[in-house]
Amino acid sequence: MNEKYLYSLIAVIALFLVAYAGVEAAGLQWLFGIIIPYLAIITFIVGFVVRVKDWACSPVPFAIPTTCGQQESLPWIKPSKIDNPFSTGGVIIRMALEILLFRSLFRNTTCKINEGPRISYVWEKWLWLFSLAFHYSFLVVVVRHLRFFLEHVPVCFQILDKIDGFLQIGLPGVMLSGVVLLAAAIFLLLRRILISQVRYFSLAADFFPLFLIIGIAVSGIMMRYFTKVDIVGVKELTMGIVTFRPHIPDGIGAIFYVHVFFVSVLLAYFPFSKLMHLGGVFLSPTRNLRCNTRAHRHINPWNPKVKVHTYAEYEDDFREKMIGAGLPVEKEL
Amino acid sequence: MADLKPEELIARTDFTPPRTGWMDTPTVIREGMFCYAAKPKSVATLGLPYPREWNPLDDDWKLPENWKEIIIEGMKDRLERFRTFKIFMDICVRCGACADKCHFFIGTGDPKNMPVVRAELLRSVYRNEFTKAGKILGKIAGARELTLDVLKEWWYYFFQCSECRRCSVFCPYGIDTAEITMMGRELLNLLGLNIDWIATPVANCYMTGNHMGIQPQAFVDMLDFFADEIEDTTGVRVHPTYNKKGADILFTTPSGDVFGDPGTYTAMGYMILFHYLKVKYGLDVTWSTFNSEGGNFGLFTSNEVMKRLNIKMYAEAKRLGVKWILGGECGHMWRAITQYMDTMNGPADFLEEPVNPITGTKFENAKSTKMVHIVEFTADLIKHNKLELDPSRNDNLKVTFHDSCNPARGMGMLDEPRYVIKKVCKHFYEMPRNCIREQTFCCGSGSGLNASEDMELRLSGGLPRANAVKYVQEKHGVNMLACICAIDRAVLPPLMGYWVPEVDVTGIHELVTNALIIPGEKEKTVNLRGEDILNKDEVGPEEYYTRPDFSGR
Repeated sequence: MNEKYLYSLIAVIALFLVAYAGVEAAGLQWLFGIIIPYLAIITFIVGFVVRVKDWACSPVPFAIPTTCGQQESLPWIKPSKIDNPFSTGGVIIRMALEILLFRSLFRNTTCKINEGPRISYVWEKWLWLFSLAFHYSFLVVVVRHLRFFLEHVPVCFQILDKIDGFLQIGLPGVMLSGVVLLAAAIFLLLRRILISQVRYFSLAADFFPLFLIIGIAVSGIMMRYFTKVDIVGVKELTMGIVTFRPHIPDGIGAIFYVHVFFVSVLLAYFPFSKLMHLGGVFLSPTRNLRCNTRAHRHINPWNPKVKVHTYAEYEDDFREKMIGAGLPVEKEL
Repeated sequence: MADLKPEELIARTDFTPPRTGWMDTPTVIREGMFCYAAKPKSVATLGLPYPREWNPLDDDWKLPENWKEIIIEGMKDRLERFRTFKIFMDICVRCGACADKCHFFIGTGDPKNMPVVRAELLRSVYRNEFTKAGKILGKIAGARELTLDVLKEWWYYFFQCSECRRCSVFCPYGIDTAEITMMGRELLNLLGLNIDWIATPVANCYMTGNHMGIQPQAFVDMLDFFADEIEDTTGVRVHPTYNKKGADILFTTPSGDVFGDPGTYTAMGYMILFHYLKVKYGLDVTWSTFNSEGGNFGLFTSNEVMKRLNIKMYAEAKRLGVKWILGGECGHMWRAITQYMDTMNGPADFLEEPVNPITGTKFENAKSTKMVHIVEFTADLIKHNKLELDPSRNDNLKVTFHDSCNPARGMGMLDEPRYVIKKVCKHFYEMPRNCIREQTFCCGSGSGLNASEDMELRLSGGLPRANAVKYVQEKHGVNMLACICAIDRAVLPPLMGYWVPEVDVTGIHELVTNALIIPGEKEKTVNLRGEDILNKDEVGPEEYYTRPDFSGR
């Protein structure tokens, strides 16, 4: 057993026990249901903003986009407007595809050295597919949860719910997003554990959020389908939080507090972790800059003054030899 | 190295990572995998810190007492100056999409050559010094102390990255290992820890105008010698001009092509082309001995050094009063020109927006840098039928094209070279899609790693490229690998010799001028290399030269 994922797993189990015992044994519902969630939300928002602001305020001295297609050059050569965007419109589409569809990851290949040697590269779609499934199901789950924080559920959310539950299996109906989220998170976890290369460079910080999200998904699924918490009580609590009149209704099971605690930990952990790729992906200078650096000058705010060796100095060094070779000079001997 | 056969080299490559984690696996600096230390004289020429004799294999690297402080300060300074550095330190999720995209990883199997781990070497120290999680949780958060071993590991692996950017194409956040390596090398340079294959060319370029240290009179001699060679094979005498004030265009290209085969044939190609344009259209192109280097090994040292070398291009263009600058076939030269030059040393408002005076084409894409790539220029000439060409003179060649990393991923010049090749050669075959264009593989020797002492590294890193060439050699009988980079022309021949014997290397302008019908040329029987230009299998010499369409007539 690898210590990196062992630590992370133990941490998540410990978090579970803290919340469960805190509520069941110590009766600290107000702590896990009100105080910690508030602190977590504040940490998340402040931390996220500070982090993104820090990045956004850092100078971008050079425009170094990775060009992934044909440049804009001669009029009769077809440029790749998205992968090598010359215009802002192209950059917007490039970024949109990157953020919404993980375009770069879509290119992923695996390389194998066969007999010969003959190296082959095979399109590797699984990482892309499961990452996409993971992020989108997470998004749907988050959006679905907004019903707990709104007095009236907007029509679009109701439609989303219908689509999400279109399978109409079980009672309450199975929501696809939760199942997909759990499955994708488990795929991403197993990938880290089973593929030796990936395991080699994975850190505890890579396992921890996965275990935590799996914990969130499992506790959520438990509540919805198995232990059945008092949904009216839950809504009372969540509405109390958003209207700043927090109170703890009676009779909500401990599993709910575990769920909320996991989410709180995730939120508070977010700004200090790699999860900030959510914000960073928008700011990556290899993707979000126009590839027109020969046509438009990019400004470096700290362009340094440097010492140079001038032509005059060069000619001083070589004047005699230059004249001997018949080269024109500025100053004769 | 040469004593290790290809099969033995490949058999040694093991993709199973060690059982111990990378932080707990000590790095052993192994001969054949690194370049010699920078000579103190070269470091001192640029006034860079801590010039001294030192040896990577020694325990004592003769570092200044406060080396650790210097590095941490250097990191802090760069984190404040480069958004790339900060973001790339922060947002990697270690998905591993980059892992097997690196030619050095594929060729060596060394897990620390996975781009993600290469970056983690630096990130681990970043976390330890600059993040709360790292300070509190230490190793669990992936943080580690900066020790002498860590520093040595940086040196070893940041000089095992050729800054080719292939991994950045696949990274979902666009994390560019080249940028991380550049930061790593800047930090190492703060302690005088450069390699000599970079430091000495940089010093040469600074003082004599080119990496090779060719002095002005010698430069003229070499081009004169080429003119003799050209006269022998074509019967035409070309007269290049040097440092000529009032010429239309200043031409600048890597000195490597003036120095060694087969780049010399490309240099001859340029000379023939300029002669042709002078005779036919009166275009006046001049070479410069002061700006006799297109390449910029400063790019592999630090952004300041890059700027100090690059500044000559504009300075010389201004002094000579040319209209604009034409750049030769070179890889990292074009990364520097495309993504750094204008920012560093522009605006070049003393030059004109480049227009091809022969075709009238405006090079809109280069209107600010005022530098046009010679392949763009030639493609434009060919498109407008301004060059009289006989592609059958390249019939002895079955050509494939190696996209050089920098023109591909730092510029996007993909179709222009293909257009030119197809117009001057009849037999052109592409390598497999995952090995060309934006996914092209490095020659294995880029970013200043083209020394001879690191031959094992170069041959291992060049394996993916060589293997793709082998594929088209077996499938189509390819015998010529074309490229648009002087380092490629210097390093691909030994790489081909090792993995794919019987494939030669050429620049595109050698192919162009083989096909070019020069006014007043003699009946051509051989190309610039002195090889027969007809395909012996298909037609005998008698028949070939009596053919009505024989254009050498």
